Amino acid sequence: MSSETKQILTTDGIPLEVSLKKAEKKNKIKAFLLVAPLLLFLIITYVFPIGEMFSRSIDDKMITNMLPKTFKEMEKWDGQELPPEEVFTAFYYDFKVLVEKQEHGKLGQRLNKEKNGFNSITKKLFRQVKRKKIDESISIKEQIMKVHKRWRTVEYWQAIKRTAPPYTMSKYLKGMDMYYAADGSITQVDEDRRIHRILWLRTLEIAFFVTLFCFLMGYPIAHLLATLPMKYSNLLMICVLLPFWTSLLVRTASWMILLQQQGVVNDFFVMIGLVGDDNRPEMMYNKVGTYVAMTQILLPFMVLPLYSVMKTISPSLMRAGKSLGGTPFVAFWKVYFPLTIPGIGAGCLLVFILAIGYYITPALVGGASGTLISNQIAFHMKQTLDWSFASAMGLMLLSGVLVIYWIYNKLVGVDNIKLG
Amino acid sequence: MSKNPEFVKFDKVDKSYDGKVLVVKDLQLDIAEGEFITMLGPSGSGKTTCLMMLAGFETPTHGEILLDGNIISNIPPHKRGIGMVFQNYALFPHMTVYENLAFPLRVRKVEKDEIDKKVDKALSMVSLSGFETRMPAQLSGGQQQRVAVARALVFDPAVVLMDEPLGALDKNLRESMQYEIKHIHESIGVTVVYVTHDQSEALTMSNRIAVFNDGKVQQLSNPAELYEKPVNSFVAEFIGENNTFNGEVVDIDKDKCKVKLANSEILANPISVKSKGEKTTVSLRPERALINPTDKMDNMFTGKIEEVIYHGDHTRVRLNLLGSSEFILKVPNSTSNLELKVSQDIKIGWNSTDARALDPK
Repeated sequence: MSSETKQILTTDGIPLEVSLKKAEKKNKIKAFLLVAPLLLFLIITYVFPIGEMFSRSIDDKMITNMLPKTFKEMEKWDGQELPPEEVFTAFYYDFKVLVEKQEHGKLGQRLNKEKNGFNSITKKLFRQVKRKKIDESISIKEQIMKVHKRWRTVEYWQAIKRTAPPYTMSKYLKGMDMYYAADGSITQVDEDRRIHRILWLRTLEIAFFVTLFCFLMGYPIAHLLATLPMKYSNLLMICVLLPFWTSLLVRTASWMILLQQQGVVNDFFVMIGLVGDDNRPEMMYNKVGTYVAMTQILLPFMVLPLYSVMKTISPSLMRAGKSLGGTPFVAFWKVYFPLTIPGIGAGCLLVFILAIGYYITPALVGGASGTLISNQIAFHMKQTLDWSFASAMGLMLLSGVLVIYWIYNKLVGVDNIKLG
Repeated sequence: MSKNPEFVKFDKVDKSYDGKVLVVKDLQLDIAEGEFITMLGPSGSGKTTCLMMLAGFETPTHGEILLDGNIISNIPPHKRGIGMVFQNYALFPHMTVYENLAFPLRVRKVEKDEIDKKVDKALSMVSLSGFETRMPAQLSGGQQQRVAVARALVFDPAVVLMDEPLGALDKNLRESMQYEIKHIHESIGVTVVYVTHDQSEALTMSNRIAVFNDGKVQQLSNPAELYEKPVNSFVAEFIGENNTFNGEVVDIDKDKCKVKLANSEILANPISVKSKGEKTTVSLRPERALINPTDKMDNMFTGKIEEVIYHGDHTRVRLNLLGSSEFILKVPNSTSNLELKVSQDIKIGWNSTDARALDPK
């Protein structure tokens, strides 16, 4: 029997298969249109900014656009000795254009970041060009070399050549306390200047311990929430959620009031004689403050996933464990605990990822030893205005989170996460 | 080997949760070794509380529970060595069937080989051999139930408690599981304490049934006696179907009494009535009343058919009889079936020994 004869037709003679597909297509379009606004929103507010951030972090086109002729000539230069006459000439004409557009200052600043000393010698060169002291009919190389001795030094020309590619990884290297040495190899900065690495490690350390503290404190609370009668558990739930309803800033400020040296906690310690009045411990503007405040603020993110998982665990399982001969501890460890792992995973992942990018709290109570990488990013955004470096560090943070997520997926499995 | 008739003993046990209401009142119950006893009763009657006290999850407010002569009220659940099958099976969802069964053996530090042997035996007992590596979620309800039974038996407990274990199964599966559990009990001779609110389940499976109501055991006897000879109105009402007449005793002697109804008199078997003038409820099983009886019966009345319901194996007939329109008759389905029609008048008769005059409702 051929399929032709078996084909089912609808009343109007169209094969059923075709009209079904038609109907389903309509549904698919409807479904897509429903999610389209959100998709668009996500693209505009998430995908696009991250792309923008990435391109900014590797963008190095500024000099490439300022010195087009120079870089063209430099392609023929081996970079070992002083460049030939053509490079100097090209550089002179590029520079002249910049002087006319009054952009020579930017060039000096940018080159100065590459190698100290560029600022002053570009200014010197600018004055010569402005006063039209450079005679274009004789060797320009000789004249530029006379402006300052650094123009006679090969390292400076090498530095210019390094800025030729339109893209650079130098911001990322800087984030890891490394840089391109004169010969183009990747080198570590001096040991006493490696501040970013300390910040990265401190961020990881604080995120790890905050997660640990949240877990240790959140687990019993979540268990209590899941087992208490509704009447009490609702009240407790409100207590857990209360911090959510208070502004983050207010909560952090109240921690400042509590933890400062003349604060409530210290007063209490003095009162019960734990510490002397003249010997009040520093609990703020250091790691202690960051730990305490962040743990309190992130605790709900641990409690809620744990609670939602524990709520689904039937109390008869623990009873079964006990009636089968397990001590209460064995019943807990072998039966209850493994069943809460999805909640633990979700809670720890949430808290860790939130903690790793935390900003306001460490900025306010962290002091010098309690600031995190996000504070450094903010610093570069607002103080030094080095946005490309801030973008680079932001992306490093993002990829760090993705790596953690990937490791977590390998260890626990994302399917095992349960958020509610 | 002589069986201990007081293997499990509830001795004057009271239980109250809030200090105001007693959910179990002065419970006195002996369970013999190897017996299958069912605690039957409506919800809230205290039967599950009794089971939980025996398992050790609740402590008696007053009185003692003894297991094989030892007071166990202060022993924690994990040291009692009592197997338990829970209402929702309570299989550990993160463990395979094998691990579920091995759990009670592992916590008892049994050797690996021994565990394998015992798990194997227990699984073949519930005909689930070969399911060792399955997860509970991959099993059907009936299979999960059997794993739960096997797990409660695998460590050879002296007593197994079952808390409405078949409640979640559909009717056919429930019936076949009833026989299966009964056969397992018969083959290994373990003492089983079974809790249910399903009377047919209780009648099918048990050696003895304790009918609970209002925190008290109303009657403790074997299934046949419970059905044939209920000692009070509650038991008569709760077990099986039953026709009742409310009236007053007007005449009584040793094995017969005359009960005056609204506008007639019937003869009944005095069970809980002692003297003239007492109020009583007379209980009669529907199958004990016959249509057009050929034998001489001492209660003979005429009623009018109100409703006829065909049930396959039997036909239920609702009659208007002696001023009540709720009199039920069960007519077995046979070739010589009577032509029963609504609003037809028929003769009904029963023996006074089957009509039990009990306490008034």
